[in-house]
Amino acid sequence: MTENPAIELRKISKSFGPVQANKDITIRVMPGTIHGIIGENGAGKSTLMSILYGFYKADAGEIFVDGKKISIPDSQAAIAAGIGMVFQHFKLVENFSVLENIVLGAESGALLSPSLSKARTELAALASEYELNVDPDAIIEDIGVGMQQRVEILKALYRQAKILILDEPTGVLTPAEADQLFRILKRLREEGKTIILITHKLREIMDSTDTVSVMRQGEMTATLKTNDTSPEDLAELMVGRKVLLRVDKTPAKPTKPVLEIKNLSMVDDFGVQRLKNISLTVKAGEILGIAGVAGNGQSELLEVLGGYSAATGVVKLNGSEIDLSTSVSGDGQARRALGIAHVPEDRQREGLIMDFMAWENAVFGYHRDKSNQANRFFMDNNAIRKETEEKMKRFDVRPPNPKLTAKNFSGGNQQKIVLAREIERNPNLLLVGQPTRGVDIGAIEFIHQQIVALRDQGKAILLISVELDEILSLSDRMVVMFDGKIMGERQPANTNEKELGLLMAGVSEKAAQ
Amino acid sequence: MIDFLTLLQVLDSSLRLATPLLLVCLAGLFSERAGIFDIGLEGKLLAAAFVSAAFASITGSVWLGLLAGILASIMLSLLHGLASITLRGDQIISGVAINFLAAGLTVVIAQDLFGQGGRTPPLKSGGRFEPINFPGTTSSKEISDAGPLMQLYSELFSGHSLLVYIALLTVPISWFLLYKTRYGLRLRAVGENPAAVDTAGISVIGLRYSAVVIGGVLCGIAGAYIATSLQANFTKDMSAGRGFIALAALIFAKWRPWYALGACLLFGFFFAVDTRFQNILLPAWALSGFLIFIALGLMSYVWKKDLLDKVVLGGLALGISAIAIMVISSVWNSGISNQIKIPVVFIQSLPYILTVVVLAGFVGKAIPPRAGGQPYVKER
Repeated sequence: MTENPAIELRKISKSFGPVQANKDITIRVMPGTIHGIIGENGAGKSTLMSILYGFYKADAGEIFVDGKKISIPDSQAAIAAGIGMVFQHFKLVENFSVLENIVLGAESGALLSPSLSKARTELAALASEYELNVDPDAIIEDIGVGMQQRVEILKALYRQAKILILDEPTGVLTPAEADQLFRILKRLREEGKTIILITHKLREIMDSTDTVSVMRQGEMTATLKTNDTSPEDLAELMVGRKVLLRVDKTPAKPTKPVLEIKNLSMVDDFGVQRLKNISLTVKAGEILGIAGVAGNGQSELLEVLGGYSAATGVVKLNGSEIDLSTSVSGDGQARRALGIAHVPEDRQREGLIMDFMAWENAVFGYHRDKSNQANRFFMDNNAIRKETEEKMKRFDVRPPNPKLTAKNFSGGNQQKIVLAREIERNPNLLLVGQPTRGVDIGAIEFIHQQIVALRDQGKAILLISVELDEILSLSDRMVVMFDGKIMGERQPANTNEKELGLLMAGVSEKAAQ
Repeated sequence: MIDFLTLLQVLDSSLRLATPLLLVCLAGLFSERAGIFDIGLEGKLLAAAFVSAAFASITGSVWLGLLAGILASIMLSLLHGLASITLRGDQIISGVAINFLAAGLTVVIAQDLFGQGGRTPPLKSGGRFEPINFPGTTSSKEISDAGPLMQLYSELFSGHSLLVYIALLTVPISWFLLYKTRYGLRLRAVGENPAAVDTAGISVIGLRYSAVVIGGVLCGIAGAYIATSLQANFTKDMSAGRGFIALAALIFAKWRPWYALGACLLFGFFFAVDTRFQNILLPAWALSGFLIFIALGLMSYVWKKDLLDKVVLGGLALGISAIAIMVISSVWNSGISNQIKIPVVFIQSLPYILTVVVLAGFVGKAIPPRAGGQPYVKER
């Protein structure tokens, strides 16, 4: 018996000007399966799916749905063909109710109230069928991202979608929300829906898909049964060379304490206490990792140490106390003068100025250093440009052109520019937030190596990441934060995800035993 | 004190002056709710006023004038649509250009056609929208002897031109269209998040053009009203900034139809007071009391705010209190019930002051449609 594929793409090609985003892509997605598409940023996954959803028109190639050839000139046609899409950035009207968002574009008549009441009934049926409960009258901006994603899925199901495409669905979710999403997806598969999951996270592919296709530089390099492959094989197919998924490092040789934090507390502008009596020590030659679900005070800790939020308590660097007031003697520039380098969590907002050139970005924070001045009045821009170019080469920034604006680099290369700026200044202490968020696998490997190399030079490193894997593989010691408190300290080698998960959820050590 | 009939007359003229504001305000509402900022309301109003007066004057039919005015306004709307929707240009610049275009072209063409210094000839009866008198109203000669209910009926409700009643009707119609129909849901959605509309398989461009054209129709009616009903010909710059005041009213109304009616009636009332009374006399105690009340309100508002707010608004409150004290001290010898003259320019500036107050967030928040002013480009 041969079953028609739910979706078959044959020889799809698409280019944007000189850039060939998709080249002769052929893929068959069987009904009732979860089919993963994996590839690095810019490999052409999203372009391919946008073609399938009628956002772009392919230059060449054919699309078959259930064995029938169709053309998809716009989203309306895709919806009619039973294709639903959940975009990475949700397409919801923020101040509309859940119900209004679901009905939008799929109203049953010119008047609104019959459509809304019909949708209300159907939503209740869908909710019980797929265990997708949402309050139909809630306003989108009042509900969490996980809920918003459910609304997007419901939107597709309400339009009778048989095929659901999810583009990087876990990028904005907490681990718990992501688990819940995958339970929902498996449930949808049981009900006979076909799911296409686009991601760059190997673990999601291994955990939840039946089949996986790998894309690299606009081409489809392989389609495999998930059971027959391994994360290492997939990574190699994605990047085109062998990739080390685990960080290769020797045991740490910590020496004297560099950063000592005692009873650090911080109250934000809204009067909420974000940090509650934090005490920590980071020694020279070690990486201290801070794990936790996003929003439990890690960001605020970095802001305080980086000099742009005021706090109370005692923070010592190499034994001398530093100013926590964010005044001139305690701002970001003063911190850098003390040798505290900072790779902020959000590189696009805090790490770089996106419309400025690479060389300008590469000197920020250090632009008043003597070494960057030509004379009393002017900066030595030529020297800075030249130095930036060398740094870019050392840090494998592609292309190594210091005159390109920051926004023209990929996420990984942007991060390398920030790292190059901070590491090359030979700091005493490096603060790193989410070093590999939205960064390709190949670049992750490089960034991790750089951080470990800095440690081996005897520097102190404070690492904050919401990726538990990253903390576990990179840090020498780790603590877990919850609700602005340190829940406990662990050795990465002697702990497990279950124990850490409990700490991250705020279950204290005593209760956990 | 003002007697009941005078009050009615002021309200009656408020209604007449509010009518063009209301139509233009609703025009802006449709456009901005769809995400297209419309600074060019003033220009469309002026162009429609000229074209309708010119056509009514040449053909002798006010209906042809109205139709021509609406068409002219739609043409300018489509121009704005072409620049800001299709070509994805800057909506503010396109709007400003339309204002300049209308201000210049109307006078030039009027001079060329009629040779009366940029005016159109006065319209005779038949070329104007005449007041509609409801059955059973008393004539203006006998009105001062009639009872208050009769005065209310004859003076305020009856005796307006058809366009005034049409303007009042557009409020519930707009409300129904925006909040009770499929079209309204989509229109509001496209002003908030066009990507959501696009991915739902609806044309963003089509929706935005439709909103801009509705705005054109409403501006056209407003223009015909000021040239063929409020006045009897077109004169240079006769829109007199109404397009901008309507924008202020739109913000004041937080982009909602019923609020827009309230805002326009209030602003119309200010205009009526301004034209009816040269200067307003208030007893000194009432004026100072009012000022001190505002100062106290400001002080309590800034009590828990940042230092900057305390300095700026606290300073303003101190200034207002100082004026109040000056008022009292200046009339101290002759008694505090002395009458103080309030210059009429103060009343004229009230619409703007109120808009600033609303924008500053004192009276709730005025949140514009989120995608307003941004051309829609599909993202990768």
